[in-house]
Amino acid sequence: MPSINQNAYPGALPNFRNLGILLRILLLVNGVCLVAAALKSASMQQALQEFTTIAALVEPILILSLLVLMLANPWLGKLPFYRGAVIVVLLELALTTLVYQLGASFFGSGIGSLERLWLFCLLMTAALIVYFNMRSRLLSPALAEARLQALQARIRPHFLFNSINAVLSLIRSDTKRAEIALEDLSDLFRVLMADNRQLSTLQQEVDLCRRYLNLEQLRLGERLQVEWHIDNMPRDALIPPLVLQPLLENAVYHGIEPHTESGVININIFLRNDQVHVVLRNPYQREGVHHAGNKMAMENIRERLSLHFDVEASLTATVRDDSYQVHIIIPYLRAEK
Amino acid sequence: MTSPLRIMIVDDEAPARNRLKELLADCAASFPHEVVGEAANGREALDLMSREPADLLLLDIRMPEMDGIEVARHLLSLPQMPAVIFTTAYDVYAIEAFEVNAVDYLMKPVRGERLLGALQKARQNRPPGPDQLQKLAQRPRTCLSVQEREKIVLIPVNEVIYLKAELKYVTIRTLEREYLLEESLTNLEQEFMDSFIRIHRNCLVAKASITGFEKVTEEGEEAHWEVVLKGVEEKLPVSRRQQYLVKEFEK
Repeated sequence: MPSINQNAYPGALPNFRNLGILLRILLLVNGVCLVAAALKSASMQQALQEFTTIAALVEPILILSLLVLMLANPWLGKLPFYRGAVIVVLLELALTTLVYQLGASFFGSGIGSLERLWLFCLLMTAALIVYFNMRSRLLSPALAEARLQALQARIRPHFLFNSINAVLSLIRSDTKRAEIALEDLSDLFRVLMADNRQLSTLQQEVDLCRRYLNLEQLRLGERLQVEWHIDNMPRDALIPPLVLQPLLENAVYHGIEPHTESGVININIFLRNDQVHVVLRNPYQREGVHHAGNKMAMENIRERLSLHFDVEASLTATVRDDSYQVHIIIPYLRAEK
Repeated sequence: MTSPLRIMIVDDEAPARNRLKELLADCAASFPHEVVGEAANGREALDLMSREPADLLLLDIRMPEMDGIEVARHLLSLPQMPAVIFTTAYDVYAIEAFEVNAVDYLMKPVRGERLLGALQKARQNRPPGPDQLQKLAQRPRTCLSVQEREKIVLIPVNEVIYLKAELKYVTIRTLEREYLLEESLTNLEQEFMDSFIRIHRNCLVAKASITGFEKVTEEGEEAHWEVVLKGVEEKLPVSRRQQYLVKEFEK
């Protein structure tokens, strides 16, 4: 949503379907219970006993809450932040009441007063919402910075000037191709200069990569061979923008340019167990001189993947005999139509 | 009247070569010249030089296998070093080095008038010397070069077994034969210290070629060590000062 005041951060509820978020909630709530138990007791043994008693009541509420929040997640995500937060708090109070009543009918009234539970639930939920909001607020400048870094470091100046040079060489002899090349270049830079905090779709990212590879093909000719295996690619999968392109740029820079003979870059994208796998492979010679730029690009991508997907995303790079492979796994989140 | 300058274009990217050709054609009227050849990499360029000697090379720096600066260093072994103008799209390190050492370079995309200016200057300026080029180099050469019958012969560094200083020359020993090189052993030692070690005042040996050490005792002399080499019968003496290498090797 575009806003006039660019500095105002609207706040956001966390994505309750993310494994990392769920883990954080579980750990924090249990942690608080443990601290509460410890404060109430004199000995370690007593504390554990106390914790079990508290857990017997808190765990069902916690598990049930997480299930309900997971189900309600798409709907909650669409609400404005404050309305969403109030609804989550009310939802939690309702669930607490429900579990309390069920518990009371089974075990009698030995489980304490409902008001005390309400207070605990209210404080805990509010604290968690504030925590997640602060966290995404903290991480949001990191995303803006990542965008800047993307502009400065991802597209190598080397690539820009060589591409412009290649276009210049076409202007007199092949105007049509020169036009297409300039269009590709401008599309590439449009994405680079855009606000890249929003997720993009796999289809868009692949289109961008094609434009980039067209430009490289122009200057490298037959030395650059590209094999696409994307028939089973989920086109609507969400992915942070500029994840694949810098990796391809690395592949060209380290795998194709240092050799006189032609080399193949292999791109394989598929869906398995509700996870999107992206596998890039390029030729690689060990003795080739390696630049620090490569590591920086990898770190930047890894960082952005974890900002968006937390622990559910991974990026691994492996060197085999004479090839270099990067494997990205991200959860399959669909873009809304 | 001087004869038209003979120019060679060396760049691994075909569009970049075409662009330079177009620009050269543009300035043909004010600067008579002849493009005698094009090469897509360093080896091709050196090969072509022996068949179609050029007076001036437009040399791309970043090329696969052998970079432009190494090409220029091999050109030094020709009786007459041609003029060189380096071209580069973007290389902070190289540009700094060019400025410091006053070597001609052009930034890609190249402007017509810049090219013309560089060509006119190249006519008067002396080509870069070995010391200048050595300072420009970002990495050790991949090959050593000697001149035989007007031709540059390249000897890949990883095929060299040892380098031995003899009077004015350095002998390069490979599996097949020996070559004579006119360079100082000290400079070679500095450049290739990752792959070669000095075993004697006058000898550098490729680390990869050492299979072991042998102790030799001759009558009336002190015992000394010799290096056993892979692929050649010959053994090389280790000087007393370098004897610590034997211990290091045994580890």
